[in-house]
Amino acid sequence: MQRSNTYIIVFSAILTIILGLLLSGTSVVLKPLQDKQVDLDNKKKILGAVMDISSIVDPNEILSLYEKRFSSIVIDINGKIVEKDKKGNPVIAEKVNIQKNYKVAKEDRLYPVFQFVSESDPSKVEAYIFPMWGAGLWDWVSGFVAIESDLNTIKGVAFDHKTETPGLGARITSDQIKDRYKGKKIFDASGSLVSVSMVKGEKGLPLDDHHIDGLSGATLTGKGVNSMMLNYLECYKTFIEKTKKGGVSMVMSN
Amino acid sequence: MSTETLEQSIVKEPAEPLLSKRRKKFITDPLNDDNPVTVQVLGICSALAITIKMEPTLVMSIAVVFVIVFSNLIISLIRDLIPGRVRIIVQLAIVATLVTLVSEVLKAYMFDMYKVLGAFVGLIITNCIVMGRLEAFAMANKPYDSVLDGLGSGFGYAWIILTVAFFRELFGSGSLFDFKVFEAIGWTSYQTNGLMVDSIGAFMVLGILIWVQRTKTGYVEH
Repeated sequence: MQRSNTYIIVFSAILTIILGLLLSGTSVVLKPLQDKQVDLDNKKKILGAVMDISSIVDPNEILSLYEKRFSSIVIDINGKIVEKDKKGNPVIAEKVNIQKNYKVAKEDRLYPVFQFVSESDPSKVEAYIFPMWGAGLWDWVSGFVAIESDLNTIKGVAFDHKTETPGLGARITSDQIKDRYKGKKIFDASGSLVSVSMVKGEKGLPLDDHHIDGLSGATLTGKGVNSMMLNYLECYKTFIEKTKKGGVSMVMSN
Repeated sequence: MSTETLEQSIVKEPAEPLLSKRRKKFITDPLNDDNPVTVQVLGICSALAITIKMEPTLVMSIAVVFVIVFSNLIISLIRDLIPGRVRIIVQLAIVATLVTLVSEVLKAYMFDMYKVLGAFVGLIITNCIVMGRLEAFAMANKPYDSVLDGLGSGFGYAWIILTVAFFRELFGSGSLFDFKVFEAIGWTSYQTNGLMVDSIGAFMVLGILIWVQRTKTGYVEH
């Protein structure tokens, strides 16, 4: 049946309005829940870098644990604490989008630092967690690297990725790979930053303090993670050195 | 000719039972003889991409069944109002809306699954099975029949990808629903098969499945 143009236009307009209202309605209703999920996911990753949280199922428990054990600051490339952004709004470390910051020049980025504080003494930092972002083989890889209070030894790492090959590059999220980083050092004996990198091949041989076994079949993902760690540790270097000298005050800003 | 095509009776039957023989065929045909994946070879993309593990595959199956059933229902309800010249766009808009709804709900309630399935939920829009059913069935049939047809095609898709996922997760990861099967039965030295984790594994499992099915049903391409 051939319908008039007017009918078609009116029909399309009504359909668009109905579907549009439906979608925007759902989006508004579900937004708070989604934001909570994203926030929870982020905090899980930060916690995952310093402790094993796989046994905690209750989301509220994770959030309260995070609340209790973490204080966060945001710094710039010179290791100075940033409290307000260019528009004068207060900066919250948990809200800083690492991916967006990755796209701007190193000097203009905001660098959140999550401080894992002692259970008994909240002013004593047990580990510093540095979020980072980089390119894997197919798409982005990201990580949270936890450094002990000596600012040299890796306490733990947590990696994430978008579409690294399952079973090959995607193994960076597995405990097997994460455990390899534990106890490695990011500074060499002379005090210069060398980071920790994966070697080519996965032979299980003992390696020095700055190298770990690679990913068999995913050398390029490994390279991506290596350069992400080195790049970002370079950016955090000034902060790390200042903190070592006791230069950066432990400002609590939650 | 060995295939059975849908017999669409145009004659109005005043009091047809809810599950008459004709209606049962809407559900049973796509499960085997007219399966959307193995016989019509549609929806192969997602059958390859998300079948590495059982859990995401199950979520994907539920999502696809939901989208097919409801888009079939909606299109069938408004089939007499849809102008013929823009019908494809109308179908697309409805499917896209339903898919976006699924994606939003997943993001709010099953964030981990949302991360795993990611773009593939959005790609249900391009799943040929959905648009195929709308164009071939819902545009010309009554709502109840269309729902049955949607259920049939949805389950036809679901059981195939679940079967593929079963073999891929079992041999590729040594687990089912993340439960380590081989370790549980004491075979700790099982070497996982990397080929199964790759898309190639899905092609092989799917190929074997099609072969077995066609041997049984005697279906041949024309």
